Amino acid sequence: MSEIRDVAIDLGNVHTEHMKLNVGPQHPSTHGVLRLMVELEGEIVVDVVPHIGYLHRCFEKVCEQNTYTQIVPYVDRMDYVNSMNNELPYVIGVEKLLGITVSERIEAIRVICAELDRIASHEIAVATFGMDAGAFTPFLYLFRDREKILWVLEKLSGSRLLYNYIRIGGLMRDVYPTFKDDLRDIIKTVRETNAEINNLLNDNKIFVERCANIGILPPDVAINYGASGPMLRASGVRHDLRRVDPYSIYNKLDFEVCVGTGTMGTVGDSWDRNWVRMLEMEQSLRIIEQAMEMITDSSEDVRAGIPKRIAPKGELYSRAENPKGELGFYIVGDGKAKPQRVKGRSPCYVNLSIIPEISKGYMFADLIIILGSIDIVLGEIDR
Amino acid sequence: MLPNEIFDKLKIEFGEEIISLNEDPGYEPSIKVEPTNLVDIMLFLRDEEGLEFDYPSCLSGVDLGANLGVVYNLYSMKRAHKITIKVEVPKEAPDVPSCELVWRSFDWHEREAYDLLGINFVGHHNLTRILLPDDWEGHPLRKDYVQPDYFHGMKVPY
Repeated sequence: MSEIRDVAIDLGNVHTEHMKLNVGPQHPSTHGVLRLMVELEGEIVVDVVPHIGYLHRCFEKVCEQNTYTQIVPYVDRMDYVNSMNNELPYVIGVEKLLGITVSERIEAIRVICAELDRIASHEIAVATFGMDAGAFTPFLYLFRDREKILWVLEKLSGSRLLYNYIRIGGLMRDVYPTFKDDLRDIIKTVRETNAEINNLLNDNKIFVERCANIGILPPDVAINYGASGPMLRASGVRHDLRRVDPYSIYNKLDFEVCVGTGTMGTVGDSWDRNWVRMLEMEQSLRIIEQAMEMITDSSEDVRAGIPKRIAPKGELYSRAENPKGELGFYIVGDGKAKPQRVKGRSPCYVNLSIIPEISKGYMFADLIIILGSIDIVLGEIDR
Repeated sequence: MLPNEIFDKLKIEFGEEIISLNEDPGYEPSIKVEPTNLVDIMLFLRDEEGLEFDYPSCLSGVDLGANLGVVYNLYSMKRAHKITIKVEVPKEAPDVPSCELVWRSFDWHEREAYDLLGINFVGHHNLTRILLPDDWEGHPLRKDYVQPDYFHGMKVPY
């Protein structure tokens, strides 16, 4: 047996310097074209400076040069993985300016579309978050399910991702006859897969070790930074626009607002953010089940209410609960066919601005986990 | 709290600096204020008992022709009420006090308004371009903006 002794090493004048590391703009873990300037001390993150704008397509300038109807497809291209939810606040806002209301049946179809897309968006979020943590299998399972949802929405609207389906005053077209059967099929599949994902991913010890207690966002900081969506709710704040400021028919529907409880670590950590998304998928399924009952067979023309001339005068801030958070549109109309100003308040933009606050002091590998847990889409950040 | 109650409360505290309340149909209720003492007004809105606007929803810059406007959409989670605060500054000297330390969310929002409309937020710690390249000239969301023909030798209009 050899004797273990402490060996004194003379460090002399050895000192370390902070290293600046550039992550992105072309990097799989940045979920798009995002560049992070990271300052590291060894492997500890000292500072993060996000650089955005690589996908800037002048959304707001384009809006000023198009009519209200022509803007709807542009709105789709903000958060391109959940277009239905982008259309909803914009269309509701313009309808409010015009003072028109739509029937409950149309609202129910809108809500179903929005919730389907919410599930699709959360599936991407959970899948890519798993990939960031090194779990590849859930990605395949979730994308298989997401494809099913996209297929139904494609049957409905004719496009796979950018639907242009919700129109001002109505819908693009009515639902097809076997729509409800497809919905029942989706509900069954998503429930089964999510139970499997809980076994594979969320309760997996390796995954929990990677993301519990990482990137803790306290509730007061979250509110002051304007965080919204799962990011805010994971910090324990029970704030969901569908409940606190209801639009469409959400006040008639029964669903829970899911919040993070710190099951695996601390309230507001990366695991909680992911878990809130898992819980919200189940709530979306419940909403779809209830809204399905509201689509009674009728001979209503869903295009009848679309106004011929759209030239509202007035201004408002219209907001809705997007899967990523509070998506708002500040619309100013001056009585002409084209709006004077449309500003998109993007939830990802605001959520990403918190990253320097919550990633300091963690390891560099944890920064990738924190970024993944925020669930950003660069199309919406850069607009 | 209703918009007129919020207006009265602000009027008592700040007097002349609170200009008007707009409750026209078609418009969301908004209060127009002078930019000089904006940070104090915002701190009052955030901290005063009964108002407690803790959640910053949105900040938008608007080109109003002769003037530039900044619109703050605020929401209170505790009281579940909302209000819009508006500020107008002339285009020649578009100086608005920065509210980034009242609500940290406005850090990036103010940078965006500076980038696209050229509103100068006085006191912002890092007022640089955020969406456009650092060496871009002009502020594109202004109505009188003229698109350049070339940017670094690349043709801009396609």
